[in-house]
Amino acid sequence: MKKTILILATLAAAPAFAADTNWGKGADDAAFKAMVHSSFREVGMATLARLDQDATQAFCSDPKHADDKDAAKMRAKIEAENMASIKWPSDGKFLGDWKAGEKVAQSGRGLTSTDKPGQVNGGNCYNCHQISPKEISYGTIGPSLLHYGKLRPNNEETIKYTWGRIFNAKAYNACSNMPRGGHMGIITEQQIKDLMALLLDPQSPVNQ
Amino acid sequence: MRRWNFALAAVTAASLLGAVGAFAEADKSIEGIEKYREALKDGNPAELFEATGEELWKKPAGPKNVSLEKCDLGLGAGVVDGAYAQLPRYFKDTDKVQDAESRVLTCMSTLQGVDVSKYVKAKWGSPERNDLNAIATFISGMSKDKPVKVSLAHPKEQAMFNLGKRMFYYQGGPHDFSCSTCHGQEGVRIRLQELPNIPTPKGAASGWTSWPAYRVSSGQMWGMQWRLADCFRQQRFPEPIYGSDVTIALSMFMAATSNGAIMATPGIKR
Repeated sequence: MKKTILILATLAAAPAFAADTNWGKGADDAAFKAMVHSSFREVGMATLARLDQDATQAFCSDPKHADDKDAAKMRAKIEAENMASIKWPSDGKFLGDWKAGEKVAQSGRGLTSTDKPGQVNGGNCYNCHQISPKEISYGTIGPSLLHYGKLRPNNEETIKYTWGRIFNAKAYNACSNMPRGGHMGIITEQQIKDLMALLLDPQSPVNQ
Repeated sequence: MRRWNFALAAVTAASLLGAVGAFAEADKSIEGIEKYREALKDGNPAELFEATGEELWKKPAGPKNVSLEKCDLGLGAGVVDGAYAQLPRYFKDTDKVQDAESRVLTCMSTLQGVDVSKYVKAKWGSPERNDLNAIATFISGMSKDKPVKVSLAHPKEQAMFNLGKRMFYYQGGPHDFSCSTCHGQEGVRIRLQELPNIPTPKGAASGWTSWPAYRVSSGQMWGMQWRLADCFRQQRFPEPIYGSDVTIALSMFMAATSNGAIMATPGIKR
């Protein structure tokens, strides 16, 4: 998985800093870059390389780009690039075990400076989404996913869309707040399958 | 000490209430947490840290064996009253914009002759950092109930504000997170934790005017430096260096955006 991250980071290593988009006096690219690069230290697996942005991060670091009309073309380009990066399940099976998926959705662990390399990462899902009706401690940055499967046609399009959205949300919305779970190697293929089951399996509490 | 036993009892009782609340609706839980915060305001353990900070401020220390009482926090040598509400600000002697915590390091170095590098390198929760947190808590308490009045008149102050604003939106790391991912919208939560919308005056004030704060969940006193470092930890970023420009810039962005709001320091948090 580490290799994947490394390769992706290398491929995506666009200009580390976006062009100056008028942040005001004293905050031009050179001054900003100097500040960022002098202000952090590596702790554990949180390396300084994490400050280098890929093209998506650089583009979305200007809040105007999220919905500006003039940035529509660039958003479409970023979405296409992220779409092309989606890896579909290697064995063609999209759905795993919803009970395992619930655990992945509950866990917000992994990849911080205080986490240990090699530990199982969580999906962070409940931090931002309502999912199972049994969990009332859910965040609201993302939309509610309660009854996700029940509310959608049970067909290939729904399945592929859901997989793609979990694997790389930026393929559908360039500056979505949602992390790119599969693309950035945060969660494994099996974990994505289990999350798929949590959302789509008729037996999952999400669809009860 | 009796007062603090009482405060602890209140904490325990409130936790029990919180646990019961978990079975009710989410909104009820938030209401419960609010009540619990209200109850704790009567006996904020941060007062203990304020007292420790005041002691450290007045005690002769360092190779020069002098106290920090002549430290210039921006309103003249030795003036603590109201100083925190006007920080960060530009200081001529260092030619830098500084917050309370980085300014204390300057005074420890210049007045007391202390080698402050061990304070910069120290870990969160270490005795060195705990001392700095206590001193910042004391200074912040001397601005309680005063309006935030941060100047952007000096070009370096204006630049710090602009850099802080830019940093607020800067995405990076495996999760693509920026400050704005969580703190850039109105009325959203992580789990049940409500999040201030920092670019608005109300949101900035909610973030800025209640730190340093005592954290009930960890039993620790956190200054803004620690608060920001933990935000970056959760963003999966590397650690901001204590007193570094990124921390000052973000503080400047928050403080100046909340100008006019009333300081409620030291605060108390979940």
